[in-house]
Amino acid sequence: MKYILLIYGDERIWAAMTPAEMEKIYADHRAYGEAMGQAGAFLSSFELKPTSTATSVKFGTGRPRTVDGPFAETKEQLAGYYVIEVPNLEDAIAWAERMPGMVEGTVEVRPLAAGA
Amino acid sequence: MFLGRIVEELVRTDGRRILAGLIRLTGDFDAAEDALQEAYARALASWQRDGVPSTPGAWLNTVARRVAIDRMRRPVTAELPEDLEAPPFEFEDPPPIADDRLRLLFTCCHPALAPEAQSALALRTLGGLTTREIARAFVEPEATTAQRLVRAKRKIREAGIPYEVPPRQKLPERIDSVLGVLYLIFNEGHTATDAPSLIRPDLMVEAIRLARLTVALLPESAEALGLLALMLLTDARREARVTPDGDLVPLDDQDRSRWRQDQIAEGTRLLDTAMAMASPGPYQVQAAIAALHSSARSPADTDWIQIAALYRTLMRYVPTPVVELNSVIAFGMATSLPAALDGLARLEARGDLARYHLLPAAKGEILRRLGQRDAAAVAFRAALELATNPAERRHLERRVAEVSSATG
Repeated sequence: MKYILLIYGDERIWAAMTPAEMEKIYADHRAYGEAMGQAGAFLSSFELKPTSTATSVKFGTGRPRTVDGPFAETKEQLAGYYVIEVPNLEDAIAWAERMPGMVEGTVEVRPLAAGA
Repeated sequence: MFLGRIVEELVRTDGRRILAGLIRLTGDFDAAEDALQEAYARALASWQRDGVPSTPGAWLNTVARRVAIDRMRRPVTAELPEDLEAPPFEFEDPPPIADDRLRLLFTCCHPALAPEAQSALALRTLGGLTTREIARAFVEPEATTAQRLVRAKRKIREAGIPYEVPPRQKLPERIDSVLGVLYLIFNEGHTATDAPSLIRPDLMVEAIRLARLTVALLPESAEALGLLALMLLTDARREARVTPDGDLVPLDDQDRSRWRQDQIAEGTRLLDTAMAMASPGPYQVQAAIAALHSSARSPADTDWIQIAALYRTLMRYVPTPVVELNSVIAFGMATSLPAALDGLARLEARGDLARYHLLPAAKGEILRRLGQRDAAAVAFRAALELATNPAERRHLERRVAEVSSATG
């Protein structure tokens, strides 16, 4: 089955990191992605820029309306994702548990709909 | 009619075991239930014609698996041809079904399911309870339970929750919910919420069997041992607790020579092993209470002082009104009955047990022992308003009659 691992956290914590700390986390993510690749689980992955760069296009009030900012103001923001293919939820959770750079925050594990 | 009874008996003895195997085979709760229903229907038709096979459980299992496999191949075809040949009466060794039910237990208890859904699903698939029975046990509308079951089954299917015992390193974090669900199944067997008889021995036996497998899986879990000990010690009194007519016999009136000494010995031994691990928990405390009752030669011989102390300990782990009620009663038995009445009055005033029949029942029991017959009758009648189990109701009716008659 295909799953997306959605990485949520407080982006202010990431913003406050030193370049050395950031470099360590990037290296960990590269190793993590390679491990996924070797296990035959890796499909794709991207880091997202902070929500300060986000633009939302809102629907439901006549013409689509473009506004500054993310869809929702929350304590944890979406920071990136991995799409993987593994036999079942247990394996997806096992990968989620190994997500690098997580001192707090959440990794949401969602199955992709059929056809993905 | 005779055939109907055989099939009914089969549903009770082999149904859940076969269902667990079918769920693993199909990976789908609904498909498994459908296949089993179809197999029951075919059994009735075929056995009417050809007689009952020597091993009806194995016959049923084989047919159900064929139906399931056939439907997986052709999911759109609703009905299958009637002329599917009867399976031979010889069968290969049954598959390791015991493992199937353990797998199913862990699937039902997967943390990706909401706790209420875990319990409902386990009672449905492992306990064989109907949606209505589960709703009664949880004191919620039947539609709520039905919705919970549908959502849980859908999540298992769509999120890909596997049918497997989790890897070893995951067991410690999964064990608590597994023990909780086994405890629930056992209790439903010990006092059925909604059944003609007081107990459902098949549920107690199944819970004990699964608890044994769980202990074998994680022998270093003191609480798993404690739960198994609690079940064995409680189940040891089963025969003495119910009359042949299905009436409830209170602990004080039970013929203690009918308690199963072998189970008491095993339960006590397991509890000793658990306590030696120095990792205490609520199941061990409850097992210790059960062990004290079991070792008393007569009601008067009961060590209520220790039992009261253990209930106070239990309150720290499980601070619920029901445990508090038991704690109050034990305290009263250890000190004085009026002290228990004071405690019950405090609980009553708080109102969070307003729907729980055992509060007025306990009050009636203490008043009866104090010789306050009229007040006891009022309390027993209040308990009758709330009790649902027929055997418990008959017991309360007898108590009302006892304290209402012989007023001289």
